Amino acid sequence: MCGYPASAVPAVVVNPSHPPIDTPTHAPLTPRLIERMRARCGSEHVYTDADQLRTYESDGLLQYRARPGVVVLPGSAAEVRDVVRACSDAGVPWVARGAGSGLSGGALPVEEGVLIALTRMRAVLEVDLPNQRIVVQPGVTNSEISAAVGPTHFYPPDPSSQIVCSIGGNVAENSGGAHCFKYGFTTNYVTGLEIVLADGSVVTLGGKELDHPGYDLLGTFVGSEGTLGICTSVTLRVIPVPEAIKTMVAFFETTSQAGETVSEIVSGGVIPGAIEMMDQLTIQAAEQAVGAGFPTDVGAALIIELDGSLAECDACFEDVVAICERNGSLSIRIARDEADRALIWRTRKAAFAAMGRIANNYYVQDGVIPRTKLPEVLEQITALSERYGMRVANVFHAGDGNLHPLVLYDGESEAQRAEELAGEIVQACVDAGGSITGEHGVGVDKKRYMPSMFAEPDLAAFQMLRCAFDPRGLANPGKVMPTPRLCGEVPGPYRRHPLERDGVAERF
Amino acid sequence: MATRTIRQEWPRTAEDAAGMLRSCAEDAICVRIAGAGTKPWGHPGADCALHLHTGGLNAIVEHNAGDLTAELQPGVTLGELDATLAPAGQMLALDAPLGSGDGATVGGAIAAGDSGPLRHRYGAPRDLVLGVSVALSDGTVARAGGKVIKNVAGYDLAKLFCGSFGTLGLIAEVAVRLHPRPRALATATATTDDPVELAAAASALAHSSLELQSLDVRWRSSLGMVLARFGGVAATQRAAAAQQLLARAGVQAAVVEDDEPLWAAQRAAQRSAEGGAVVRVSGRPSQLADACIAAQVGGASLVGRAGLGLSWISLPAAAPGELVTSIARIRKVLAPSPCVVLDAPVQVRTHLDPWDLPEDAALVLMRRVKARFDPTSTCNPAIFAGGI
Repeated sequence: MCGYPASAVPAVVVNPSHPPIDTPTHAPLTPRLIERMRARCGSEHVYTDADQLRTYESDGLLQYRARPGVVVLPGSAAEVRDVVRACSDAGVPWVARGAGSGLSGGALPVEEGVLIALTRMRAVLEVDLPNQRIVVQPGVTNSEISAAVGPTHFYPPDPSSQIVCSIGGNVAENSGGAHCFKYGFTTNYVTGLEIVLADGSVVTLGGKELDHPGYDLLGTFVGSEGTLGICTSVTLRVIPVPEAIKTMVAFFETTSQAGETVSEIVSGGVIPGAIEMMDQLTIQAAEQAVGAGFPTDVGAALIIELDGSLAECDACFEDVVAICERNGSLSIRIARDEADRALIWRTRKAAFAAMGRIANNYYVQDGVIPRTKLPEVLEQITALSERYGMRVANVFHAGDGNLHPLVLYDGESEAQRAEELAGEIVQACVDAGGSITGEHGVGVDKKRYMPSMFAEPDLAAFQMLRCAFDPRGLANPGKVMPTPRLCGEVPGPYRRHPLERDGVAERF
Repeated sequence: MATRTIRQEWPRTAEDAAGMLRSCAEDAICVRIAGAGTKPWGHPGADCALHLHTGGLNAIVEHNAGDLTAELQPGVTLGELDATLAPAGQMLALDAPLGSGDGATVGGAIAAGDSGPLRHRYGAPRDLVLGVSVALSDGTVARAGGKVIKNVAGYDLAKLFCGSFGTLGLIAEVAVRLHPRPRALATATATTDDPVELAAAASALAHSSLELQSLDVRWRSSLGMVLARFGGVAATQRAAAAQQLLARAGVQAAVVEDDEPLWAAQRAAQRSAEGGAVVRVSGRPSQLADACIAAQVGGASLVGRAGLGLSWISLPAAAPGELVTSIARIRKVLAPSPCVVLDAPVQVRTHLDPWDLPEDAALVLMRRVKARFDPTSTCNPAIFAGGI
């Protein structure tokens, strides 16, 4: 979920752990490079005025800002290629940006570097319903994709920001959403990409067909956070809309009861289209914002949506209701019609923005735990909340154990502590066998946590991949990896000397 | 000429495997990495003095039933795994053919990117693997991904290793997503002798909202069949709905409840008889009829995942020269759909490029990936696409 925080703008924290990138492979921006971009894309699509640049200082994560030296808005794949090639010739690093709604600082510019905004590339290139494919440019929004293949088909990944976020950004972040427990993530739907590598070469990966021979570079590229190249065309699989959708909300006294309900539903063989949990604080805030009539004195609300064939939904629905009741649900509200269903979802999707009603600022965390660890991790979050004396509201994609704790705070003076608390929550997730990020990405914000999840050989292997795609580190430098690394030449085949091999000599 | 002795090793830990790979890299010895060896695909490759088998890495490390995940060593066989998961009402949704002696291993199926009819609903190995530990030729063991079903931290090296045929290193452990076993199963089938009608029937099902678990076709001796399988509480009801849908599309259909033999046959047809060959066609669903006709002209049979556009054309046993000619004809007719040769006599895999991958920018990038992960070209050299 890459939801844009609508109210509650957090204070700016200039984080000292992210110094400007300064590596031997990078050169400073030159007037000549800007001139080349103007000549290729048109002056009106190349921004250098301070006022224009300010818009691009941050993405959806406002804690970080950096002023690019130039923002260029190419209008075609060929223009993207030529801009990247020009950067490569000049040795200047660049960052690709879609809608700028990401929540990990993945599109944070390189200070005084090049920012390539894909917002002009908004064409739906082809709709091929017989083969259930759509081909789009990267700037097309997530919602536009489902709209283009409707009403018979849809594109399942649905981040909360789907109205604004672009498919190019979704590819970079491997975006999920509320329905990914059943339907999967962006990576499960991308069948083809055209990408531009940092040296300006154009590579076609996959296509409309599956299983192109060779390495699955397609799957490797999706979720690489803009560090391996820029995609200029995306081919996606779309699927038929479900015949039936049944939505309900069950209210519980405790989050543990709600968690147990989730486990029982899933282990019983039912994979709901979506299963989302909100805790008391979240319900209270969201109810203030939307007024859907959710009781505000309960401990947890569990939104359960079954979709699929009508026969299957009908058969499973009673089971699910029975499981909720067995686990002590206080009441169950079943969506009567489409309007009621929309109201329930509006309440859920308003959760982030609604925090503005109960606190001045908040910090959104994005951690993942094995679903069965939910009760113990929630206890730890409660304990942390008490220790820090700060409120934490919890929203979960409960099916896949993706937690979005929202750390609430007031003044700017508390921002640092809110981030610390959020950091401890991430550590608790990793300790429980989970992950530091389920869908927001690492970007700049989470790279400091990477060593808690990955050891040195793991990071070294990540770097091998990076170096194969972008040996000079020009594409989105300073993201994902916890510390800057250089690539070096491909090591030549080291051969042990025959004497050494035979134990006659040793190498010191 | 000196007789080459081939050393066989069964490492028992990931570190052992990495140590062996490193030692070979230093001595400029290449290594053949294999599971049970049920999928001898690709170029014949170089002769290597060390054969590394995953049979010593055969533990089901964790089965987290409540989380629907498992951590597995690569030498676990698909059959063993299924037997372990079944009592919990769960499965790894990877029903690739089990091969000779039912030996196919988890690591082998993943490294080969193999799959079966369940792919329609649950995807390929790449969609089921959550994380990997890999032994590399620099002697390290690297981990990527995680063991939770949602995770975007770090690069998705699991996808890179799925389908990489051991050319980047040895998959030493995988975390996989499991699924509940469907409570009931039922299949709707229909037959026709017209490939266009067959494709139309399959397309009608692929575009329906019935949520199929599997959607297959087969074409053999001028007769085609479409098979739509449903899993769930209302499986039989949904199969009946599919039957009606097929009737409306103009083909006579039936519902089969005891449907396992039908599907076992579909899986079996992804492999060839001794002396024959199998070509996997990466096509589009709209080209299904063409693939059936291409198979029929060569006296071959076909099974396909109709909704995915994937087909396996099985050529009966023939002299290698004839197989080469038949494969070339199929490729020509179905171009530009990639037609990868899987099972085939070694003479066939020597004579033609089994991978059907053009020299393009993607291949250049693949070579760069190989050079970074295995700069000494120690792991399974020269068997993969582009001679990697």
